[in-house]
Amino acid sequence: MVVRTRVNGEWREADVWPGASLLTMLRDSLGLFGSKNACEQGECGSCSVWLDGKLVCSCLVLAPQAHEREVRTVESLGAAAMNPVQEAFIEAGAVQCGFCTPGFIVAVTDLLQRDPAPNEISVREALSGNLCRCTGYQKILDAVALAARRIREPST
Amino acid sequence: MDPILVLRLPRLRYVQARTVEEAAAIVGSDGGRAMLIAGGTDLLPNLKRRQFDVATLVSLRGIPGWDAITGDPQAGMSLSAGATLDQVARHPAVLSGYRALAQAAGLVSTPQIRYMGTLGGNLMVDPRCNYYNQTFAWRKAVGFCLKKDGDICLVARSSPRCWAVSSSDTAPVAVAFAASVVLQGMAGTRRVRAAELYRDDGIDYTTRKRDEVITSVEFPAARTTTSAYWKLRRRGSFDFPIVGAAVVIWWEDGVVRDARGALSAVGSHPVDISSYLSSLRGVHPDERLIAELAAAADKPARPLDNTDLSHYWRKRMTRVFIERALRDAAGLDPQAGLLTAQLKS
Ligand SMILES: Cc1cc2nc3c(=O)[nH]c(=O)nc-3n(C[C@H](O)[C@H](O)[C@H](O)COP(=O)(O)OP(=O)(O)OC[C@H]3O[C@@H](n4cnc5c(N)ncnc54)[C@H](O)[C@@H]3O)c2cc1C
Ligand code: SF4
Ligand code: FES
Ligand code: FES
Repeated sequence: MVVRTRVNGEWREADVWPGASLLTMLRDSLGLFGSKNACEQGECGSCSVWLDGKLVCSCLVLAPQAHEREVRTVESLGAAAMNPVQEAFIEAGAVQCGFCTPGFIVAVTDLLQRDPAPNEISVREALSGNLCRCTGYQKILDAVALAARRIREPST
Repeated sequence: MDPILVLRLPRLRYVQARTVEEAAAIVGSDGGRAMLIAGGTDLLPNLKRRQFDVATLVSLRGIPGWDAITGDPQAGMSLSAGATLDQVARHPAVLSGYRALAQAAGLVSTPQIRYMGTLGGNLMVDPRCNYYNQTFAWRKAVGFCLKKDGDICLVARSSPRCWAVSSSDTAPVAVAFAASVVLQGMAGTRRVRAAELYRDDGIDYTTRKRDEVITSVEFPAARTTTSAYWKLRRRGSFDFPIVGAAVVIWWEDGVVRDARGALSAVGSHPVDISSYLSSLRGVHPDERLIAELAAAADKPARPLDNTDLSHYWRKRMTRVFIERALRDAAGLDPQAGLLTAQLKS
């Protein structure tokens, strides 16, 4: 079946079978490899995207459920230059193997759009759907604090 | 069957229903091989693990008004089955009148899952078991069980029934509030008490008929009500409850008029413990009474060795979580109770 979805601002069509997930469609049909495929069962957040502006696991969305809807992926961020969240992840050393990183970048961007000055409890809650096997999370928390500060005071 | 190297979905047909009538007609007719899909957050992982044989998925989310939340605690509230857990957890009127419901919805899994998952889907979560919520290859290697593809229960080998665990966080809250569930099928609409939606069986866990769609959940007026939900799990995110305690207290002139409660994850259905709370009526409970009642109210809880952590410990923690929920609803520090103190000794 043909699914028509607005992906990162552009209407795209993909010919998928009805049991394909949105994640499979993004990766295998549309060539967008930023959203990662790890657990495929909602347990890790590495496939996080926005569907109609809401943060979701694209492995748990059927491609046909995204028909005529708006999807934003990690590729929409920092296309021309890195966004402050991406920069902060690098500077704080929050990227090791990097597999979880796109999902975290999306989840952190989502948080800072809603709450530019989150306290640590809000940060932990907002990132509770993303797993990282490498960093032990502390550097990710540091990166969020750094990104939040940069967004509030761009010159620092 | 194709080799399942990754967790892909089986071949199926996808239908977007435009009305409840249409959805009911399709699930009611497709030879039992059609299922409703709302957020998909319970159904899709289960399907990827081949826990159901499904030919058709009927999606509910395009139905007009599907996520509406109306009413207020003065008059009672109606929550459409399609309201997301995130909506329920943040809704100001739910937070003020039905705090346990907002707590339970907010304690489900992760932000991503709460944006997708719905209240209706949460009430219908497929009962869980360590021997069942596994990939096809895992179950094949260990041996299939009664619930799917096999003929014995791997937890209680001589048991003729399945003991999979009712694992919904909002179901015990709906039971404790004596909420009504509205179901619409091909023959019309009916309304049942939340407790009547469930059967004490890990496989055949609901009285919902195959063609019925849950359209809404109606919570009675909650003017002088306090409530709380306490959830035990290994990690503070992601995990399903291994004990959940919901308590609702109706107050009148500073004393308890009525109190009800229900437990999650200690049986194949939400376990109603209201009869153990009846001596709260007419008094303003102190911490000794609460501890006494909580210590007795874990009686109908029968955790088996089929979820995370040891079932002895889950049984021991059940009374502690009932105490915490009762104290919370009675305005006492939830974690300063006598049963919590006994844990440390
Ligand atoms: C990582 C992870 C962790 C989770 N943790 C928890 C947890 O801690 N607590 C918890 O309670 N749940 C948990 N869940 C399960 C699930 O996310 C939630 O229960 C969610 O609310 C299910 O809603 P849904 O809309 O996604 O349901 P779906 O997956 O769409 O459906 C679930 C079931 O309900 C049926 N159904 C859906 N809507 C209706 C309706 N209107 N009428 C009749 N039948 C209907 C479907 O046919 C299916 O059988 C978790 C899931 C994941 C992936
Ligand atoms: S309780 Fe027994 S029959 Fe039911 S899912 Fe678990 S092992 Fe299978
Ligand atoms: S791949 Fe989607 S949550 Fe892990
Ligand atoms: S950096 Fe390796 S999983 Fe997070």
